[in-house]
Amino acid sequence: MKDKQTYWKENLRLIGLCLVIWFVVSFGFGLLLVEPLNTIRLGGYKLGFWFAQQGSIYTFVGLVFWYSRKMNQLDKKYNVEES
Amino acid sequence: MDELKLYTYIAVFSSFALYFAIAWWAKAGSTSEFYVAGGGITPLQNGMAIGADWMSAASFISMAGLIAFLGYGGSVFLMGWTGGYVLLAMLLAPYMRKHGKFTVPEFIADRYYSKSARIVAVACLIIASLTYIIGQMKGVGVAFSRFLEVDYGLGLGIGMAVVWVYAVLGGMKGITYTQIAQYCVLIFAYTIPAVFISLQLTGNPIPQLGLGSTLADGSGIYLLDKLDMVVTDLGFKEYTTDNMGGTINMFAYTLSLMIGTAGLPHVIMRFFTVPSVQAARSSAGYALVFIALLYTVAPAVGAMARFNLMNTIEPSAGENLEYEERPQWFKDWEKTGLLKFEDKNEDGKIQYSADKEANEMVKIDRDIMVLANPAIAKLPNWVIALVAAGGLAAALSTAAGLLLAISSSISHDLMKGVFTPNLSEKNELLSSRIVMTISILIAGYLGLHPPGFAAGTVALAFGLAASSIFPALMMGIFSKKMSGKAAVAGMCSGIGITMLYVFQHKGIMFIPGTSFLGGLEPNWFLGISPNAFGAVGALVNFTVAFSVCKLTGDAPAEIQRLVENFRIPHGAGAASDH
Repeated sequence: MKDKQTYWKENLRLIGLCLVIWFVVSFGFGLLLVEPLNTIRLGGYKLGFWFAQQGSIYTFVGLVFWYSRKMNQLDKKYNVEES
Repeated sequence: MDELKLYTYIAVFSSFALYFAIAWWAKAGSTSEFYVAGGGITPLQNGMAIGADWMSAASFISMAGLIAFLGYGGSVFLMGWTGGYVLLAMLLAPYMRKHGKFTVPEFIADRYYSKSARIVAVACLIIASLTYIIGQMKGVGVAFSRFLEVDYGLGLGIGMAVVWVYAVLGGMKGITYTQIAQYCVLIFAYTIPAVFISLQLTGNPIPQLGLGSTLADGSGIYLLDKLDMVVTDLGFKEYTTDNMGGTINMFAYTLSLMIGTAGLPHVIMRFFTVPSVQAARSSAGYALVFIALLYTVAPAVGAMARFNLMNTIEPSAGENLEYEERPQWFKDWEKTGLLKFEDKNEDGKIQYSADKEANEMVKIDRDIMVLANPAIAKLPNWVIALVAAGGLAAALSTAAGLLLAISSSISHDLMKGVFTPNLSEKNELLSSRIVMTISILIAGYLGLHPPGFAAGTVALAFGLAASSIFPALMMGIFSKKMSGKAAVAGMCSGIGITMLYVFQHKGIMFIPGTSFLGGLEPNWFLGISPNAFGAVGALVNFTVAFSVCKLTGDAPAEIQRLVENFRIPHGAGAASDH
C-alpha cells in the first residue's frame, strides 16, 4: 500500500515536470515571450515564431516518449507492471 | 476525359478498393471486436490509426489555408491540436485503458457511480461528434464536386456508401485497419506537393527546413523575410508577427484547443484498442509523431502558398498580372465561386491589397489554398490527383471514428447500460450496426442540408469537449474524493457558461440577432473570442466541482479504491464490459 502511494507521488512529480516543459515551450516561448525571442534568428526563422510553429511540436513528441520510457522504468521499480 | 480527371478517378477509386478489401478481411464478429478491435492493436498501428482518426478534412484542407492568411496567429492551431496529446498521454489515456471499458461515458458512469453522469456524458459526446461529422461530409462533397465534377449530392452519397461498408461491417476492427491505410494515403498526398514546392522555392526538399531557408532565385533573401516584405507592402500585417486578437486571446484559444483535443471521445476511444497500459502510453507517442509529420509541414505549405499566390498576382512590385493572362487554376476556382475578381479601377490588371477600396481580389476562400496549391506551383497532374484522394481519406477516416463513437454510446451506454440491460451480445452487435446506419443517414442529410449554424459548430464541439468531458475525466483520475454529484454540477456549469458565451456572440442556436444581453462589444470578456472560450468553461467546471464536493462530501470508499486500482498498471486485462 505504501509502495503504491510513493509510486503515485513519483508519477505526479514526473507529470509535473513534463507539464512545466510543455507550458514553457508553447505558451512561454511561443506566445508570452515571442517578442524578445523574435530578435534572435534561427536561419530564416525568428526564434519565437519557430517555437510557435515548429519547436513546440518537436518538444511535445520528445516529452511523450520520455514520459512513457520513465513510467515503464517506474512500473518495474515498484513492481506494478502488467503480468 | 482529360488527363487530370483520369488520374483523379484512378487515385480515388483505387484507394476505395483498398478500403473495401481491408473491410472484408477485418470483419467484426463480437462486441469486443466491434467496439475495441478485440484489444489487439499494436502501439505503432494504433498511432497511425489515431493520426487518421484525428486529422480530419479541417486539418488536411483548411488548416494550411488558415495559416496562410493568419501567419503567426495560425500557430494556435499547430500548438493547440498537438499539445493536447501531451495531456492525453499523461493525464487520461493510461488510466482509462487500465480501467478497461468500451466507451468514455461508461468510464464516467463507473467512476461517478451515476446513471445521470453517464447520460450527460452521452449527450456531450453526441452533440460534439455530430457537429464534427457535418464538416467531414461537406469535405467529401466538395472534393468530389471539384475534382471529379460530379454533383455535390452524388459525391456525398458515394462517400456515405463507402463509410457504411467498412464501418458497419468491421466496427472498430475494420475502421482501425482502414485508418492505417488512410493515414498512408493522406500523409503522402500532403507531403509530396510540399516537397516539390519547397524544392522549387528554396532548393531544399524538406519543407520544415525550406521554410527557414533562402530563396532559390539567387537573391539570398530568406523566404519568410521576403514574405513579410511582400505582404506589408500591400498593407497587410507582417506575416511572422500578426497575432490574432492579442496575446490573451491566443493563449486562451491554444489552451481551449489543447484540452478540447484531449477530451474528444472518438480519439480517447482509440486508446481502448491496445493490449496494455504501456501500449497506451507509447501509442500516444507514435500518434503524435504521425500527426507532427503533417503539422510541421503545414506551416511551410501555408507560407509558401501565400508566397506563390502573391507572386502570381504581382510578379514584381508594381507590375500586376493582366486579368486576361490569368492561369488555368485561377479560372477553375473562379467557376466554383470560391475565388472572385472585380476590376474596380478598370485597368484590366489584378490589384490585391489590404485596402478594401482598392482590393480587387474580392474573395479568396481559405479552404482552396491546399487544393489549389499544386496547380499554383505548376506541379504535374498526378500530384493533384493524389491530393484529391488524400482529402477524401482524411474526411472518411475521421467520419468513421466519429460514427463509431456515436453508435457505441447509444447502443452500449444508453441501451445496454441504462434502458435495456439484458440485451444479449448478439443483439447489441446488431443494434450498434443499425444505430450506425441511422447515424450515417443523419450525417448525410445534415451534409446535404447543412443547418445555418454549421460553420459555428466546430468551435462548439471543441468548447464542449474542453469544458465538460476533459475536466470530468481528469478530476475522476487525479482527485480520489471527487463525488458524482460534484462532477455532474461541474459538467453542467462548464457547458452552460461556454454555450452562453458562444450564443451571446453568435445568436441563440447561431440565429443572428438573438443575442440575449443586447449588443455588447465583441469579445467582451478579456478580449477572448467565442472559439477560445472553452478554457474558461473548463476553469468554471473545475471550480464548481471542487466547491460542490467540499459542501456535499466525498466519494464513497469503494470508489476511492476503484481510483487507486486504475492508477497502477498491475493486473490490466483486455477491455471488456464486465
